[in-house]
Amino acid sequence: MYRSHVLICGGTGCTSSGSVKIQEVLEKELKKQGLEDEVKVIQTGCFGLCALGPIMIVYPEGCFYAGPTVDDIPEIVSEHLLKGRPVKRLLYQETVAGETIKSLNHTDFYRKQTRVALQNCGVIDPEKIEEYIAYDGYEALGRCLTEYTPQQVIDIILRSGLRGRGGAGFPTGKKWSFAAAQPAGVKYVCCNADEGDPGAFMDRSILEGDPHALLEAMAIAGYAIGSEQGYVYVRAEYPIAVKRLEIAIKQAREMGLLGKNILGTDFNFDVEIRLGAGAFVCGEETALMTSIEGKRGEPRVRPPFPAVKGLFGKPTILNNVETYANIPQIILKGPEWFASMGTEKSKGTKVFALGGKINNTGLVEVPMGTTLRTVVEEIGGGIPNGKKFKAAQTGGPSGGCIPAEHLDIPIDYDNLIAIGSMMGSGGLIVMDEDNCMVDIAKFFLEFTVDESCGKCTPCRIGTKRLYEMVDKVTKGQATLEDLDKMEELCYYIKNNALCGLGQTAPNPVLSTLRYFRDEYEAHVVEKRCPAGVCKSLLSYHIEADKCKGCTACARKCPAGAIFGQIKQAHVIDNSKCIKCGACIETCKFGAIVKK
Amino acid sequence: MKNKLETIPFIDSPEKHAAMDAIIAQWKDVPGALVQVLEKVQDVYGYLPLEVQQFVAEGMDAPLEEVYGIVTFYSFFSIYPKGQHTISVCMGTACYVKGAGDILDRLQKVLDVEPGQCTKDGRFSLDACRCVGACGLAPVVTIDGEVYGRLEADRVEEILAKYRD
Repeated sequence: MYRSHVLICGGTGCTSSGSVKIQEVLEKELKKQGLEDEVKVIQTGCFGLCALGPIMIVYPEGCFYAGPTVDDIPEIVSEHLLKGRPVKRLLYQETVAGETIKSLNHTDFYRKQTRVALQNCGVIDPEKIEEYIAYDGYEALGRCLTEYTPQQVIDIILRSGLRGRGGAGFPTGKKWSFAAAQPAGVKYVCCNADEGDPGAFMDRSILEGDPHALLEAMAIAGYAIGSEQGYVYVRAEYPIAVKRLEIAIKQAREMGLLGKNILGTDFNFDVEIRLGAGAFVCGEETALMTSIEGKRGEPRVRPPFPAVKGLFGKPTILNNVETYANIPQIILKGPEWFASMGTEKSKGTKVFALGGKINNTGLVEVPMGTTLRTVVEEIGGGIPNGKKFKAAQTGGPSGGCIPAEHLDIPIDYDNLIAIGSMMGSGGLIVMDEDNCMVDIAKFFLEFTVDESCGKCTPCRIGTKRLYEMVDKVTKGQATLEDLDKMEELCYYIKNNALCGLGQTAPNPVLSTLRYFRDEYEAHVVEKRCPAGVCKSLLSYHIEADKCKGCTACARKCPAGAIFGQIKQAHVIDNSKCIKCGACIETCKFGAIVKK
Repeated sequence: MKNKLETIPFIDSPEKHAAMDAIIAQWKDVPGALVQVLEKVQDVYGYLPLEVQQFVAEGMDAPLEEVYGIVTFYSFFSIYPKGQHTISVCMGTACYVKGAGDILDRLQKVLDVEPGQCTKDGRFSLDACRCVGACGLAPVVTIDGEVYGRLEADRVEEILAKYRD
């Protein structure tokens, strides 16, 4: 028996801010103070509040230490773990109310969340199958194998209303029933863990924090459609996730939860890992399967759909990690429980990766239908530095920007599409008044141009041309007519591209044109970037009252564009200025501004 | 394409070659293993120059065209040698809106290379990568896997100095 448990986040976010080192030092310090038999240190998955990392929680009190440094550890050990006096100065300040310390679940960040897919993340040690089993792990699989027929399992998933969490939102049960309806024979269960959307990391966090949930769900899917082999396609850039998944597969095999005759039944199922080598298009289902086959990950025409002819030409289902993470709980708690959360057409919860200009960056899971305002202002803690909310970007390079006027819209699949964005995998990037929306559209287009596989013309050439047009806008060289042409090209690409990548690539341009046309027009007509981002449209000025006339900038300027006498205010000749910014870096008095 | 070490001659070593042969032997008969093999071979050599692609093609009994097609398709593969230290600037959306672009600009200026290239002295290679996934620390740069979060362009030189000796 241990007196205290210390949970330290071992997700990528906290590891990046030094949680591994903290754990080492803590274990050493516990030994030094003779507490190693009384206090247990556990490395868990992601807690979600990545902004405060590294995160450390001490139970039974539930004290939440936010971002302790290595130097703080001896104090935490001698004060808190030895003498039972939490070090208030180092606690997450929102949990400290005078003399009492609030539980984490009562903070704004967690109170509004409902954790289903993330249920075990930050709770269990992901490298120990026993901990997963203690939290009802593999019970759902056992129940399916012994109490339900495959058809009944599919019916449960259908009734739950679960839709794919990877982006398009196709009903999961329907997908399974198509594959199940194919004649018996070799079939495959695939998992898309190739989280390509820059800024979304929920799938990685589930893999890192609760890998067995994925394996259990894939086995359930295998039982439902009659498959004996699963593949997890995971990004090679996620080393921690890959390692934990490997450990989980090994443990599950040892316990007879993967392999032959699972749980004493005649059901066989095993899972293999395939590493993705970095190609955004491989998030598209047919491209992903081509990639698993060891080829260039190019998509192909559908139909035939993968449920009929997928991996190696066999019937295949492909779901993403978050979708799978919901499955065991739907089986255990029933489809009605799941369907009681969410909106009419979007059931359950959705995990969002909150990022950008927001205080509480991290992972949040909310019921479908929660408003964007709740997510941004209450859970996310609003915008830092007193800036104003400008837009939230959802759906990554396939999605769009949602302006302030739509903050009160309940988030679900259909509402987001109606306002020109999409759910995508759940990246939610907040932007403030300092972000230029034309520049953001350009950023995403640059991404799709780079990631377009080149197979179909609308995408290969269309996105490139579109990029050039947006680039012209950011350089102040476009005309109003160009804006109309851009829009026309957007619809052309949308309607003609082969796969989801191309069909959605114009969304960032279309949605910013729709909601922020005034910004585009400012670039075109006034040759001005209102947010002060687009370099070609900025000009540099010296504020006369701050300039000491030290001549440092004039000497540094590579274009000879700065003039002035010693000890007198200098001026910049904007016709010569090449906007390199060297003068700003040189000026010690902050006298040079760009606007 | 200034400064790029693309003309550096490929030098094979018996140890590396044997390691590659072992990988090929292990995977030769597994269907769809070409991508996996290339990943592992890149681990051995550090990059995949044409010569190595040729070895793999012959070993796996695949046309060189197919190997080359895969190597140039996935961003994980590099046909150029890497520097002693690899600098990756995260250009994911969360980092971008918080100024990752400025940091990349500064690094390009300081190192005098374009993303994807390696400095003349072979010390640093610079990459613009997709998303490290440490969005809570945006903007993020990693050097040899070490993460530098909440970075400002002005701190770039101070950090690079650590890797210069």
